[in-house]
Amino acid sequence: MFLADNLPVVTENPPVLDWWLLAPLLTVFGAGVLAVLFEAFVPASRRRPLQIGVAALALLAAFAMVVLQAGSLPEGQVGTTVAAGALAVDRTVLFLQGTIALLALVSLLLISERRDGRDAFAAQAATVPGSEEERAHILAGSQHTEVYPLVLFAVLGMLMFPAANDFLTMFIALEVMSLPLYLLCGLARRRRLFSQEAAVKYFLLGAFSSAFFLFGAAMVYGYAGSVNFAEIRAAVDAGGAAIFQEGNGEPLLLLGIGLVAVGLLFKVGAVPFHNWKPDVYQGAPTPITALMASGTLVAAFGALLRVFFVPFGGSAGQWEPVLWIVAVLTMVAAAIVAVSQRDVKRLLAYSSVVHAGFILTAVVAGSSEGLAGAMFYLAAYGFTTVGAFAVVTLVRTKDGGQELGDLDRWSGLGRRHPALAGALTLFLLAFAGIPLTSGFVGKFAVFEAAVSAGATPLVVVGVLSSAVTAFFYMRIILVMFFRDPEADGPTVVRAGAATGGVIAIGVAATLLLGLYPGPVLDLLPPSGEEPAAAMADQAAGTG
Amino acid sequence: MDPMNYIVLATLLFAIGAAGVLLRRNAIIVFMCVELMLNACNLAFVAFARMHGDIEGQVIAFFVMVVAAAEVVVGLAIIMQIFRTRRSASLDDASLLKH
Repeated sequence: MFLADNLPVVTENPPVLDWWLLAPLLTVFGAGVLAVLFEAFVPASRRRPLQIGVAALALLAAFAMVVLQAGSLPEGQVGTTVAAGALAVDRTVLFLQGTIALLALVSLLLISERRDGRDAFAAQAATVPGSEEERAHILAGSQHTEVYPLVLFAVLGMLMFPAANDFLTMFIALEVMSLPLYLLCGLARRRRLFSQEAAVKYFLLGAFSSAFFLFGAAMVYGYAGSVNFAEIRAAVDAGGAAIFQEGNGEPLLLLGIGLVAVGLLFKVGAVPFHNWKPDVYQGAPTPITALMASGTLVAAFGALLRVFFVPFGGSAGQWEPVLWIVAVLTMVAAAIVAVSQRDVKRLLAYSSVVHAGFILTAVVAGSSEGLAGAMFYLAAYGFTTVGAFAVVTLVRTKDGGQELGDLDRWSGLGRRHPALAGALTLFLLAFAGIPLTSGFVGKFAVFEAAVSAGATPLVVVGVLSSAVTAFFYMRIILVMFFRDPEADGPTVVRAGAATGGVIAIGVAATLLLGLYPGPVLDLLPPSGEEPAAAMADQAAGTG
Repeated sequence: MDPMNYIVLATLLFAIGAAGVLLRRNAIIVFMCVELMLNACNLAFVAFARMHGDIEGQVIAFFVMVVAAAEVVVGLAIIMQIFRTRRSASLDDASLLKH
């Protein structure tokens, strides 16, 4: 009874693994495991520099390997798959992985920043906030170097997420990325109640959405008889697996696409699945918010693009109208709610939701221009947003303690600290899409792709939404530069080398990608092809 | 028995889990409902594997169990921590983060 007589006997040899193509992922994973061992065996006083060094080296090495792999891809070949088709290595994936590795490296600088021997993380997260025990740990100078292995594992998930070429790998990547982030959200040193609340909300909603993703994957498996993207694509073209020859499997596919989309749209934070974003971005330690706002967004959009273009590319007629509605809702609703925000981190969170809407217009376009536009947008937005959160970490309350997010009290900041306010102004102008910044090039690319794909109404909504968002970015700039400083205004702490470096990198990337986007645009998939042509799903050649 | 019945059962379990997440207010119960949803996914995978005469779905069920276990570790740690701080696992009490 238990052994079905129709199950095949597995006699195949284990798949041949191309270690070189897996090397970036394995490096980050190995560094994460090593970092856990350091936690156990290295004396506490020497752990911090070691952890930072290993994490930075691993991310640098991963980036270098991704670049070398991209360089070694033969001309005219888009890429290949490894590990029996579980992971894709193609130009699109490598571009996104390189972006994620760089963004993680920049966020790592922010995470490692310390002021008076204290970083942004709780001295001992297991203690109850406000307790005697907590005070003892703060006085003893305890610190959570566990942050670094957690960050490495989260980055491993981010690197895997856009490369996953079947639903099982994608689900594992989703969880490997999310689980460490749930914990990291709850580790803030100050305002720990907010931080813990953010962790609970993020965890419960995240687990809820990944259950939707998984059930969707199960439905697609039922329809196609496989979770591999290439085989799903073939099954969609053929009208279902062998057991659905009368075409009665269609409801399964539609249910599957819908539920998988819910899981992915939650991760990118599109309306109506965006509710976690403001709470989590505000409550989490700001360096972790920077990592989530940049790396997680790139990874989640990478996966979303892959899922809609490769396995579900053949049923675009079914999902495009739904994404239309989601994109419009995202751009309109988030922009309207953002106008009434008073806290700078919440405002940046809503701004991130609006940007997700802009990128969705490129997905709706369903063309390779759309794919290229979305990829450029993600890279440009990632660096700008990390820079903006780095600025937020420096503006503190009078006693130099916790961050002061209340925008009404930022008045006159630009007069007293012109350099800092100037950098933030540049980032906000990039968010608004003002020419000569990276935001303009990105927005132009996604809107142009949407227009040429016939989604002009969507672009009209996008431009209107841009105008609304530009209004509240301008309001911040006006508050900073054209209002007199108040007596109870914020203190701006001196930027350390790390935070200063992050802001400098953010400014440089925003300007360079705005003024000379050419070299980066050359890395993107060429226009005029099916978007799926830029993504390898089957072993081409050796595999 | 027709394996399709198991798919119907899995869908029902998934719906019960989803309803529980949306309606219940205790973090532990909400979390249990999420686990119920994951197990509904497992049932669906295994039933489909049987229908297709394929082992892939069964293998996936094992992976999902491991992931669910990892999720329990992380989730209970977070819920424990907020319970120790507030002496309550109610999600309605945790509402500091509003603008």
